Amino acid sequence: MSEKIPVTVLTGYLGAGKTTLLNRILTEDHGKKFAVIVNEFGETGIDGDLVVGADEEVFEMNNGCICCTVRGDLIRILDGLMKRKGKFDAIIVETTGLADPAPVAQTFFVDQDVGDATKLDAVVTVTDAKWLQDRLKDAPEAKNQIAFADVIILNKTDLVSVEGLAEVEAAIRAINPYAKLHKTTRCDLPIAELLDRNAFDLDRILDIEPDFLEAGHHHHHSDEIRSMSFTLPGDVDPDKFMPWINDISQVQGPNILRSKGILAFKDEPRRFVFQGVHMILDGDLQRDWKAGEERNSRLVFIGRDLDEAALRKGFMACAA
Amino acid sequence: METITKPVSLREHVVPIEAGEHVVGAFWLKQTLAFALADGRVLRWRDGKTESVEANRGGLLCAVSDGERLISGGDDGRVVATSADGEPEELALDPKRRWIDAVTVSSAGSLAWNTGRSVHARDDKGKLRSIEVASTPQGLVFAPKGYRLAIAQMNGVLLWYPNTEAKPDFLDWKGSHLEVTWSPDGRFVVSAMQENALHGWRLGDKPSHMRMTGYPAKPRSLSWSHDGLWLASSGADAAIVWPFQGDGPTGKAPRECGARHAKVTRVAFHPKALVLAIGYDDGCILMVRLTDASELLVRPAQRGSGITAFAWDKLGKRLAFGAEDGAAGVLTLPGG
Repeated sequence: MSEKIPVTVLTGYLGAGKTTLLNRILTEDHGKKFAVIVNEFGETGIDGDLVVGADEEVFEMNNGCICCTVRGDLIRILDGLMKRKGKFDAIIVETTGLADPAPVAQTFFVDQDVGDATKLDAVVTVTDAKWLQDRLKDAPEAKNQIAFADVIILNKTDLVSVEGLAEVEAAIRAINPYAKLHKTTRCDLPIAELLDRNAFDLDRILDIEPDFLEAGHHHHHSDEIRSMSFTLPGDVDPDKFMPWINDISQVQGPNILRSKGILAFKDEPRRFVFQGVHMILDGDLQRDWKAGEERNSRLVFIGRDLDEAALRKGFMACAA
Repeated sequence: METITKPVSLREHVVPIEAGEHVVGAFWLKQTLAFALADGRVLRWRDGKTESVEANRGGLLCAVSDGERLISGGDDGRVVATSADGEPEELALDPKRRWIDAVTVSSAGSLAWNTGRSVHARDDKGKLRSIEVASTPQGLVFAPKGYRLAIAQMNGVLLWYPNTEAKPDFLDWKGSHLEVTWSPDGRFVVSAMQENALHGWRLGDKPSHMRMTGYPAKPRSLSWSHDGLWLASSGADAAIVWPFQGDGPTGKAPRECGARHAKVTRVAFHPKALVLAIGYDDGCILMVRLTDASELLVRPAQRGSGITAFAWDKLGKRLAFGAEDGAAGVLTLPGG
């Protein structure tokens, strides 16, 4: 089959600089043609690129999964775009400042036609260095967007002091220490840092080490959304782990924004890698553990109101 | 009777046509065959000669026909009619140039289309009415008789009389409804759903539900038999044909026709006989007779050439098809 078209999801609170970034991507000389799905049709008009207006029509799948929300408009538009394969190399989906990125991401895992033709490359979140702290206090969407991101652009850094910047960065890291973070003034970063990230590709979930600041654990209890990671030295029993992770995903799925893991299964020479968005889990056996590589099992959760102690206990009980 | 293991081939009766672009729809306009292409063109074929005209700029998303004209909607926010001859004619233009995702036409010449969540209906006298619905519809269809429009949307199907002030009826069923069809006798409305299912309603004072589930993929192509007693659907590795005699398919098993190791993408019943054309995602086309399940091969599998469009001519002597890679063709049934 032909190559799947990569899709980059662009989120960010109102005024953070999403449109600036989008214009940079579209005007920079990179030799790529994009199809762009925007929420404010008519504001971005770039010749040569295909710009489509979307309505953010979120609906719940009638399949018994309560957090299985998807974007109907996205399914419809991607279906229309796929009839014109070869006319563009990549797709960018811009969401409104108030949008929850989860239904966008879930669309790529839940809809088979979309999943067959395209692949989610990364969620890129643009944040405003000056106003982010306020938004984290009053806008749950802003927090969701950071928690969900694979790439975070901390923009307008020229508008804050050095200390101010360090505080914002710490606030971001308290929610999501795993995303790649770029500090910019006018979203001026190489486009290569945004595209072809393969952030949802199981083969690329190689490194889930958090990027804690300095000594790391400023526990900015940024309300209720936070991340946690657990390491179990040695092997895990898949007969214990699989039912446990499935149960966690079913019961706590609505609160788990994203999850990732690399596991050493007993008597299995290959690494088991998985990732999840809310209740949807995607996992597979991947490459062999290398000689000299420690067979550790690691899990990461980013979510809301998660009981860290209970999750840790549950995971540790999966030891082989 | 002998058992035929390999389908008899009709391949030599197929004339290939190079459409060159993903075929969105195929239609017979009397003796002219018109293909709606994804790049916005309409390709006209007659007696082996082809010519193309630009109907929609940028891209063409949907197309229907009343037998005289091919009516298409596209990226450019225009609804355009293309006849067997001459230049395309613009029927409607969205000032905001939003995508036209759905268009339909009735046998009486009424037209309906959407721009975003607005649905517009224009009757045969040119009177235009519009309605706002809850989500952008992709499926629109007129009732076989009377000026009434079914609109597939999120969580159900809206039935609207555009020329009356009556509140539209809402046939509710949770989930996203993508396509909609009305049975030829007007008794049933059936939708194709995001959730890999068909959902039907038997109309009446209290519409009753009919669930038709078990598809591995979305059943997006639907076709009624000429007698209105069967509804064929895509979305599985065989064409799934539901019986609509009496009270409909509830409690009855569907027929499965033309089972292969490929997904059915298009189905089209013959206009005069219980014969079904079945197109697959691997490019194969089979013709199956419902009465004895006998199969005829129209087109062998061709990688990357999944079937996207079918059109029988009025008398059922010729079957046109189109594919995702721009291949197309016409089968002329022998001995007709």
